[in-house]
Amino acid sequence: MTGTADIQAQTTPLQVVKVRIGSETFALDAGMVREIIDPIPTTRVAGARSHLDRIVNVRGNVVPLADIRERFGMKPEAATPDTRFVVIEVEIAGDPVIVALVADKVFEVTEVQGGTAQPIPKVGTSWRPEYIKSIVKSGDEFVILPDVERILN
Amino acid sequence: MTTLNPVDVFRMEADELLACLETTLLDLGEKPQDRALIDTAFRALHTIKGSGAMFGFERVAAFTHDFETAFDLVRQGRVPASVDLVNVALSAKDYIRQLIEDPDGAEPIFGQAILDELGTLVGRATSPAGPASSPDAPEAAGQASSPETAGRGSTLETGWRIGLAFAPEVLRNGTNPLALLDDLRELGPCEVTARLDAVPDLAALDPGALAIGWDVTLRAAVTREAIEDVFLFVQDEMTLTLAALGGAAEAPADPAPPAEPVSAVAAPRAPVVMPVAPPAAPPAAAPPEARAGAQRSASTVRVEAERLDELMDRVGELVIAQARLSQIAGLHADAGIKTVAEEIERLSARLRDTTMSIRMVPIGALFGRFRRLVHDLSRDLGKPVEFVTEGEDTELDKTVIERLADPLVHLIRNAIDHGIEDPARRAGTPTGGAKSATGRITLSAEHVGAQVRVSVRDDGAGLDAARIRAKAEEKGLVAPGTVLSDQQVYQFLFAPGFSTAATISALSGRGVGMDVVKKTIEALRGTIDIATEPGAGTTVTLRLPLTLAIIEGLLIRVGEGRYVVPLSAVEECVELPEGDRTGRGRDFLDIRGALVPFLRLRSLFEADGEPDPYQKVIIVSVGETRVGLVADQIIGNHQTVIKSLSKLHADVATFSGATILGDGTAALIIDVGRLVTGGQAEMPREYQEVA
Repeated sequence: MTGTADIQAQTTPLQVVKVRIGSETFALDAGMVREIIDPIPTTRVAGARSHLDRIVNVRGNVVPLADIRERFGMKPEAATPDTRFVVIEVEIAGDPVIVALVADKVFEVTEVQGGTAQPIPKVGTSWRPEYIKSIVKSGDEFVILPDVERILN
Repeated sequence: MTTLNPVDVFRMEADELLACLETTLLDLGEKPQDRALIDTAFRALHTIKGSGAMFGFERVAAFTHDFETAFDLVRQGRVPASVDLVNVALSAKDYIRQLIEDPDGAEPIFGQAILDELGTLVGRATSPAGPASSPDAPEAAGQASSPETAGRGSTLETGWRIGLAFAPEVLRNGTNPLALLDDLRELGPCEVTARLDAVPDLAALDPGALAIGWDVTLRAAVTREAIEDVFLFVQDEMTLTLAALGGAAEAPADPAPPAEPVSAVAAPRAPVVMPVAPPAAPPAAAPPEARAGAQRSASTVRVEAERLDELMDRVGELVIAQARLSQIAGLHADAGIKTVAEEIERLSARLRDTTMSIRMVPIGALFGRFRRLVHDLSRDLGKPVEFVTEGEDTELDKTVIERLADPLVHLIRNAIDHGIEDPARRAGTPTGGAKSATGRITLSAEHVGAQVRVSVRDDGAGLDAARIRAKAEEKGLVAPGTVLSDQQVYQFLFAPGFSTAATISALSGRGVGMDVVKKTIEALRGTIDIATEPGAGTTVTLRLPLTLAIIEGLLIRVGEGRYVVPLSAVEECVELPEGDRTGRGRDFLDIRGALVPFLRLRSLFEADGEPDPYQKVIIVSVGETRVGLVADQIIGNHQTVIKSLSKLHADVATFSGATILGDGTAALIIDVGRLVTGGQAEMPREYQEVA
């Protein structure tokens, strides 16, 4: 899945969902997004890793709620009227897994040109490089294509 | 929605046929004279051959053909079904399975070796029996003495009178009766007359329904089987009557097994609308299981397991939605809504029960699989073993049965390898001199309340608690001198890498297995107990829930969060004494004189908010240990549909799953076993001994 996405990123335009998480704009491959829902009550899971410490009921399925802000060194913020849960399907160790992702704002579904992919700069970010697939230009800003599988696991 | 690939259909059918073949061969090993068994095995082989060729499994067809040829001599009664022959036939069956499942992995050289061995066995047995080149001679004698051999054997007649009555819908299923008549003609000259008495008026004629029957006079010396083979694939949808030309109507005397739908009833001119079902009055001599099998197959539908799982999921969601509806209806004064909510509650409960019952399968099919295991082990170890099964009708959830297979294999292996003594030792057992040389393994299942008890019992030497203890001390699992009950000593058998076997055999003794058994059973939310009597044998008892999909639980509140404690683990609930409400370093209770340590769930789950002034303790039992869990509130009984936790939460050991409550939020199900073992590790040393 990772490999094919990379190849596509270089050749064909990629459909993405642009979301703001913390202070950063991320582009999620539209193919992995199943639905975007309003926040619903969550249940805390004692003993789980801090970015996956809650579960939610999405249409009868118990799904982990991932808050990846912490993974990018950003402080958790309280929910705002713009907060949404983006339900995505990712492959973890070969099996499809459904996860809800906390997004501070969902902007739009758009296309990014794979050709604009930039190498990840060695300096200038404090993020762990393995969490980022690539950085692409969308309109007049750079957005991050995150490697969700790695971030979650 | 789902179209089945014909090749998959063949695989599924072949799977059943091979299972049937295996059971039959094993039965045959015990009752070598049983002709019905030989016929059943032969029929299974024949069908595998026929449909294998039809679906392009050429190698299966070719191998099965040779197998069948050799086995035919057994069927004709010229070669006895010896133990060796049964063993080779079993390997041949395994080879066929491999040819179907993994054709590339099946080396032709093995197949040839099996056939050679089969040939040698059959040939060796035939040669001293005199010249067997003329098949008629011994059979003719048999015909006179026994009408059964005449009917079932390969008697040659001068001709046959054949009556064909098909079910009206055979044409829709793709059967071409004219092609079948052509096949008959290939056997010899035929006179064919059509029975037209059932053909309706033109106005009422349904061109898709077959209303014509046929009477055929076949003038050729062919065997009954040759004729039956022509109709092999339509025999379920027709009535075939066979009578030898010139001979008396032999059929009524022929107790054909009713499992074979081709009834050999010499009813003259059966009307076309004759029932297509198996013979109405099966002969009393028929084996009961064969009859039951025929009836069952007539009224079952094959459904993919995934569809059942999906149905269960949907019903689970319905039950959750219904719980929400009931909760909302409870808040409204509207009597109409309340009535509907109650109606839906009743309906969904019934739907849930029905769906659960669909997933229930008798455990007998699983038990049947172990006969081969016992047979092979008994042969390899040189220990004669009798295998007895009880309670095969006990029904369990399909998933539980599937996951039970491996643990039972381990337990049966252990019982035969370690439990049952060598025949020599059995003969000279000092305690019970009367032990028979043949050991006995009893596998039984029974319902006990909402649980199923499955036990593996051997009549071997029993466990040696002293030796297990010595080994446990040697391995450092327990300090020397610790006071332990026998039951606690036996639990060491489930420790990883634990084995008291002096020698390591190919089968067991490496100490791998029992810990896996325990893990699997615990994953099924079951428990495992060992009882033993020196010199008289050991019984390992597994207690399992009927189903994995639904759990009876106690809903509790800890801080803001709600949790479910599986009711099967709950012993009682008490109020936390006032003095223990704040931690003061000694967290244990006096429950009727017994010391019971307790865990504060608030601190374990890092709960927010003020603790309830009247905290409750839920006493749970894990094995022989009793532990209290302190919660803020006990909300009540809750029957929940279990949702497994995501793979991303595989590191969370305290919870075995989650469920969805009436208000739509998720609640976690506490894994009592792991919570308590985890809790022990965190407990100060002095309490570990108590626990």
